[in-house]
Amino acid sequence: MNQLTNLKLKVWRQAGPETDGHFESYTVDKVSDEASFLEMLDQLNERLISQGKEAIVFDHDCREGICGTCSLMINGRAHGPQRATTTCQLHMRTFKSGDEIVIEPWRAAAFPIIKDLMVDRASFDRIVEAGGFITAPTGGAPDANLILVPKPVADAAMDSAACIGCGACVAACPNGAANLFTGAKISHLNVLPQGQSERYKRAEAMVHAMDDQFGSCTNHGECSAACPKEISLDVIAMMNSDFRKSKSKNRKALSRG
Amino acid sequence: MSTVLNAKVPNGALRDKWDNYKADAKLVNPNNKRKFKVIVVGTGLAGASAAATLAELGYQVDAFTFHDSARRAHSIAAQGGINAAKNYQGDGDSINRLFVDTIKGGDFRSRESNVHRLAQVSVDIIDQMVAQGVPFAREYGGMLDNRSFGGAQVSRTFYARGQTGQQLLLGAYQQLSRQIGLGGVRLFNRTELVDIVVVDGRCSGIVVRDLLTGEISSHAAHAVVMATGGYGNVFFLSTNAMNCNVTAAWRAHRRGAMFANPCFTQIHPTCIPQSDESQSKLTLMSESLRNDGRVWVPKNADDTRPAEQIPESERDYYLERLYPSYGNLAPRDISSRAAKRLVDKGHGVGPLKNGVNLDFSAAIARLGRDVVEERYGNLFQMYERIAGEDPYKTPMRIYPATHYTMGGLWVDYELGTTVPGLYAAGEANFSDHGANRLGASALMQGLADGYFVLPYTISNGLAPLLNKPVPTTDHPAFVQAESEARERFSGYLNIKGTRSPDWFHRELGKIIWDYCGMERTQQGLEKALSELPALYSEFKKDLRVTGTGESVNQTLEKAGRVDDFFQLGMLMCRDALDRQESCGAHFRSEYQTDDGEALRNDEEYCHVSAYKWTGDPMAAELNKEQLVYETAHLATRSYK
Repeated sequence: MNQLTNLKLKVWRQAGPETDGHFESYTVDKVSDEASFLEMLDQLNERLISQGKEAIVFDHDCREGICGTCSLMINGRAHGPQRATTTCQLHMRTFKSGDEIVIEPWRAAAFPIIKDLMVDRASFDRIVEAGGFITAPTGGAPDANLILVPKPVADAAMDSAACIGCGACVAACPNGAANLFTGAKISHLNVLPQGQSERYKRAEAMVHAMDDQFGSCTNHGECSAACPKEISLDVIAMMNSDFRKSKSKNRKALSRG
Repeated sequence: MSTVLNAKVPNGALRDKWDNYKADAKLVNPNNKRKFKVIVVGTGLAGASAAATLAELGYQVDAFTFHDSARRAHSIAAQGGINAAKNYQGDGDSINRLFVDTIKGGDFRSRESNVHRLAQVSVDIIDQMVAQGVPFAREYGGMLDNRSFGGAQVSRTFYARGQTGQQLLLGAYQQLSRQIGLGGVRLFNRTELVDIVVVDGRCSGIVVRDLLTGEISSHAAHAVVMATGGYGNVFFLSTNAMNCNVTAAWRAHRRGAMFANPCFTQIHPTCIPQSDESQSKLTLMSESLRNDGRVWVPKNADDTRPAEQIPESERDYYLERLYPSYGNLAPRDISSRAAKRLVDKGHGVGPLKNGVNLDFSAAIARLGRDVVEERYGNLFQMYERIAGEDPYKTPMRIYPATHYTMGGLWVDYELGTTVPGLYAAGEANFSDHGANRLGASALMQGLADGYFVLPYTISNGLAPLLNKPVPTTDHPAFVQAESEARERFSGYLNIKGTRSPDWFHRELGKIIWDYCGMERTQQGLEKALSELPALYSEFKKDLRVTGTGESVNQTLEKAGRVDDFFQLGMLMCRDALDRQESCGAHFRSEYQTDDGEALRNDEEYCHVSAYKWTGDPMAAELNKEQLVYETAHLATRSYK
């Protein structure tokens, strides 16, 4: 275990959604390289409280990279410098003594700032509510093994379903587009046999809900590079394909896949 | 004066009880369902599945979560899998075997009827989740794959890589989202329960705090479901998410809901050891890793060589040695204590000598790296991120950590608490796991309660209330509860002491871990019970919360949660002191067999301890529900 010293933080502070924000500078004199990035912020917050100041607000919860609650642009990169890693999994051994670290909230019009580093991602929930599900009311399901899902199909569904809904894709996108998030959910459900009945209705409804709130995709690919779960750009292709079909085919025919 | 606890267990043979219950339960006509409002607090597996199903049935549902989205609940972090008695592997599984394994795993401290129902509905859960599109692991032919978990000799665990909890929660979240889109459920996110309201002995609603504005408001309903998770964060360091807390359950307790078996807290054997003092939480490595990983420590306590340089003959594969028939898949409580003993004797590995090895080299040699990667890839990656070591090359280091709490709000067969109209589901209740939960059974119980139990039992409870007026939020009881909540939160801000809520939480956690953790003694518990009130009164005098109560203030949120953890901590220690036996995860050093196994005392302690609030957690009133075993036979557990 080693100590990092003299870290210079520039942290975005903003009192509320309607007020102007600004960068505030803090020096972290000493922190263990075994500490996680958020533990470093915890320690800074403890110090602020002891000085009678208000702690920095940031979203976080599971601290093991699965709940998708944490965010942060760290030195301009969503979830910081390490590939396939959420902010909460990032450890201070990634940094060195004397580093300057700039910490900002997600930057996207569809994710308005609530306070300091905390943003509102309810726009993602609206997309799922529009069609990101399979209609299967409780109680009427057939025996699970009656629905055969070939292993490669299950694996492909799982690859897309790994999305944690953190919003890094949107934050990293120069257009603030949510195509990777939306495409991941559509691809998860649309490759599965259970998802076929609502396949095109789903694609259509989700894409419209997405377009109502987010910017447009211009195929930069920043989303996939920033994604802590490495969701592939392929999901966007599948979404586009299913969305196009949803507009061009007879709806009765569509229900037959 | 103690209250008689009526568990409302239906008549009939054990296997018929649930069918008998459903056959006799009162129903609400579809057109009348919309006249009823049900509040669901918490949107994890139990809460989301209950809210979605109740809305499908036609009830008006208001769901509350303190998260920004229902998809964040800590159910999401469950890794390894979900049990179900499908017997798809043809290896001798059955509802009865899952029932017996769960009763035995819980060391005969759970209620037979509830556990049997859990085993019965387990098969429906898998059907339901597959229909929703949960991408469970499959064989090449397209059928579902299974693996085995601790405490079982069959493979009945369904899984989605190492993200089973995530996929199940997303399934329930999607079903909930559909209902939100259809208008059947109103979701209140970033809203925390701060009190429940009881009018004329019946739960009439809740008081909540908007975490964005600090505003306190009330919501009335015909029934309230608490699906608010467990209280493992009382230990400060645990595998729980940072925001998991006991407040909802504790506030219900303070309004009359009895709290059962608070000392039954599970220590999970496979977590990443603490690396330094500033650590904020511990990370679980799924128990499923013990399917292919072998646990060992160096035979020589002074051995400082890297693991791969220690020859086979100088390694102690202690679980395989001590428990040959279950080996590395011995239940959690047993595996945890074995690790602790060896680390205490100085055999620990790692820079702080605070872990044991979980070694995959044999599995990699036998199966190839690709197969191991497919099974556990994301877990290995998660480990590498945190520990900075590559588990494909060097063994993982693991150590037990607080993980799950079997104790919780006392519930009857209908999952009703001792306050009529108030239900508890999932980890928030005490019902199914006795003194120790088996792996892959938490997801099963959360979904069983939410999908397949509450929809029936709540209808049965609501039917007699049709067209009868219920109290509205202008009732004096609501007004009173709101004003108490406002005073409580402004009180934290006005102490203006010197220590942060986190500081107190850390100190509280140390006491609980030292004296009410993996091994407990009378002396230690008495010490804890003398130290806790002193620290708590210091909390009330010296707390410092900066900022205001009118916008997001995570320090203030934390203060309220730590306050409730203090009170719960006292009750836990009291319960652990009172239970003069060892059973499951509750290990009292005074009560052990010659070879160090738990020594139960069925004569005096074959009961559920349910505590009633009296105004002082140290003086809570103890009530006992005797446990009667008609089908399972009380026996000493042996995993040898």
